[in-house]
Amino acid sequence: MSDAPQTSEKKTPKARAGSGGSARSARSAGSTASAKKRPAAGESTKKKQTKTAGKPANKQKKDSVERIEQIAAGVRRRVFEHVLKHDGGYLSQALSAGEIFGALYGGAMRLAPCERPLRAGAFTGVPGSTNGDYRSGDRFNGEPAPELDRFLFSPAHYALVLYAALIEVGRLDESALDEFNVDGSTLEMIGAEHSPGVATTTGSLAQALSQACGIALARRMRDEPGRTWVFMSDGEFQEGQTWEALAFASFHGLSRLRAVVDANGQQCDGAMSSVGNIEPVVERIRSFGCDAVEVDGHDAAALEAAMSEEVDKPYVIVARTDPARGLEVMARRAPLLHYVRFTSADERTDFDAAFRRMLKEAPQA
Amino acid sequence: MTDRPETTDTDADTSTGTDADTDAVADPVMEMVSRPHAENFIAWSASRPEVLVLSADLTNSCEVGRWRDTYPDRFITAAMAEQNMLGVAGGLAREGFVPFIHTFAVFIYRRAYDQLAMSVAYPNLKVRMLGFLPGIVTPGGVTHQAIEDVAIMRATPNMTVLETGDATEVESMLDAVEHVDGPVYIRVLRGEVPRLFPADEPLRLGRSRLLSDGGDVAVLTAGITTEEALRARRALQRAGVGVSHVHVSTHKPFGDEIIENAVSSARCGVVTLENHTVVGGLGSAVAEYMAERGIGRRLVRLGLDDTYAHGASKAYLMREHGLDSAALVTAVESLVGERLGVTDADFASARTDAVHSEAKAEAL
Repeated sequence: MSDAPQTSEKKTPKARAGSGGSARSARSAGSTASAKKRPAAGESTKKKQTKTAGKPANKQKKDSVERIEQIAAGVRRRVFEHVLKHDGGYLSQALSAGEIFGALYGGAMRLAPCERPLRAGAFTGVPGSTNGDYRSGDRFNGEPAPELDRFLFSPAHYALVLYAALIEVGRLDESALDEFNVDGSTLEMIGAEHSPGVATTTGSLAQALSQACGIALARRMRDEPGRTWVFMSDGEFQEGQTWEALAFASFHGLSRLRAVVDANGQQCDGAMSSVGNIEPVVERIRSFGCDAVEVDGHDAAALEAAMSEEVDKPYVIVARTDPARGLEVMARRAPLLHYVRFTSADERTDFDAAFRRMLKEAPQA
Repeated sequence: MTDRPETTDTDADTSTGTDADTDAVADPVMEMVSRPHAENFIAWSASRPEVLVLSADLTNSCEVGRWRDTYPDRFITAAMAEQNMLGVAGGLAREGFVPFIHTFAVFIYRRAYDQLAMSVAYPNLKVRMLGFLPGIVTPGGVTHQAIEDVAIMRATPNMTVLETGDATEVESMLDAVEHVDGPVYIRVLRGEVPRLFPADEPLRLGRSRLLSDGGDVAVLTAGITTEEALRARRALQRAGVGVSHVHVSTHKPFGDEIIENAVSSARCGVVTLENHTVVGGLGSAVAEYMAERGIGRRLVRLGLDDTYAHGASKAYLMREHGLDSAALVTAVESLVGERLGVTDADFASARTDAVHSEAKAEAL
């Protein structure tokens, strides 16, 4: 047994370029460039950064908060408009997660810009060794690079919110939502990894964090400074796999793994507190050896501050949100907020009126 | 039974055939290989830095303890958390690494199937899943016996499914699937493993082995049932039954010329013998294959008869569930329509594994 061949290779292995069909090309293990440079998260952000250059820090901060709020308002408007047009949809997710997506895509995530808003394109089949036409939805998050961040989107029924956010930050074609849930489109109702902005297939919930652990571990083995972000919903903390993943991330010290949770307290059957309690979720996460903070998920400045925090542990931001945020007619539906389908013509009229008010009050882009 | 001469030239090389017992049934002296995966995998991994091992607390039980000590930076302990492990494997594979999951088969496909399907199989990622303790090889009972894994993995799109039947196949399975650009599941034998096939005749993806050629009955086996069927070979030969014995190591994609020739030329019918439930495994694959080609022959599927097993020795369970050479002869008799007068004494002696062995980490 003792004369087994020993490899001289004791260094961290690098993935070989071209190995594995889906391999991103191997990165230089020697690259330890500090991740101070923050590439723009989108065309318009880039412009804004150029504009704000030279301004005092508090002014820049104000601009970035405005930017987050602007994206959030745009996401809500687009999703609300879509839901009205199609007589139903996942609206509460846009109400709760607008600012979270605004903060992520508005600057927190270091992603390569898209040259121009990309067209979604038709569905070209599922991944498989015989499907050369397959295209990953991750291309909407920009070309990956060692120093840049990755984004995994876990609760796939937030797809409409993600698509709207991608449009807001100039990564997805303005008219793309016309293809939402249309047969043969990639803008599926519950996105899979061919859908814009989606890198992994996680519609069954609680699977992205584990895959992010694998990605973060691989990137650490290659000494990549970039971080791996996961957007999650609080319901996913009812799944055992989430806790397996947190334990793994903590045990393996995956300090460049970051999860942001839309803790809107609601799930398909109603209020989470009536279906299955996960609280105190922040303390539970901390007890697993991860860093966790709790923020007001509608406070753009608080989100931005939490997301820019430097940590040396896997990091979970629990963003407390309101699934009826800014929409009194929505709150009336509580506790059934998961999916909106109008129950009467009167309700429909009320939602129409609320939408018109939202348009009037929205911050102007 | 037949006037077709039996040729045994493809199988007999390793059984040196020296010592016959006093009766005419030769007990071939079989080379036994201890832990064939262990050292082979270490050597194989030396030039492949992209290869990683993921283990869920069964490292020595899956013969990768020395691998871990040799390549500590490439060994990832996932602890007893298989759902997460499948996801981590998917993430690593997306980054260009090739994770080799090592655990008992049941904990791969039963414990973590949704993760397997959505985080590994759907995205067609290059993850290798080495499933140990296939079928009833373990006295660990129902919780440890993977009896429907082939069915489930065959039904999983993008999946390639293999089963090893001897030490040569365990040693060559890694090369056989190296260029498969997608997930692979392999039923792996461990501990003391017989060498049935010459070391220079490696497992090849999609290619079965013709172990004997005869025109009456086709017998298709996989994994440990091949060794078992070989025990009945001489008895059937002496009874004058022409048997085409095919060893299958690729469950998916299934079917090749050897299988087609064997089932289409079997005058009396076909028998499958599998270490698995008869639903969805080798027997089902053969049934589908024959039906789709209009090969109208009777088919007897031997295996676990749509039932779970329990904790007992391999030999005991093989007899109890009709996975042994006696059951095979009975099936052949039913196809040829006559009693062959074969008794237990006519079978080559069964090899029994010690419950406690240096080759195994536990008595499982």
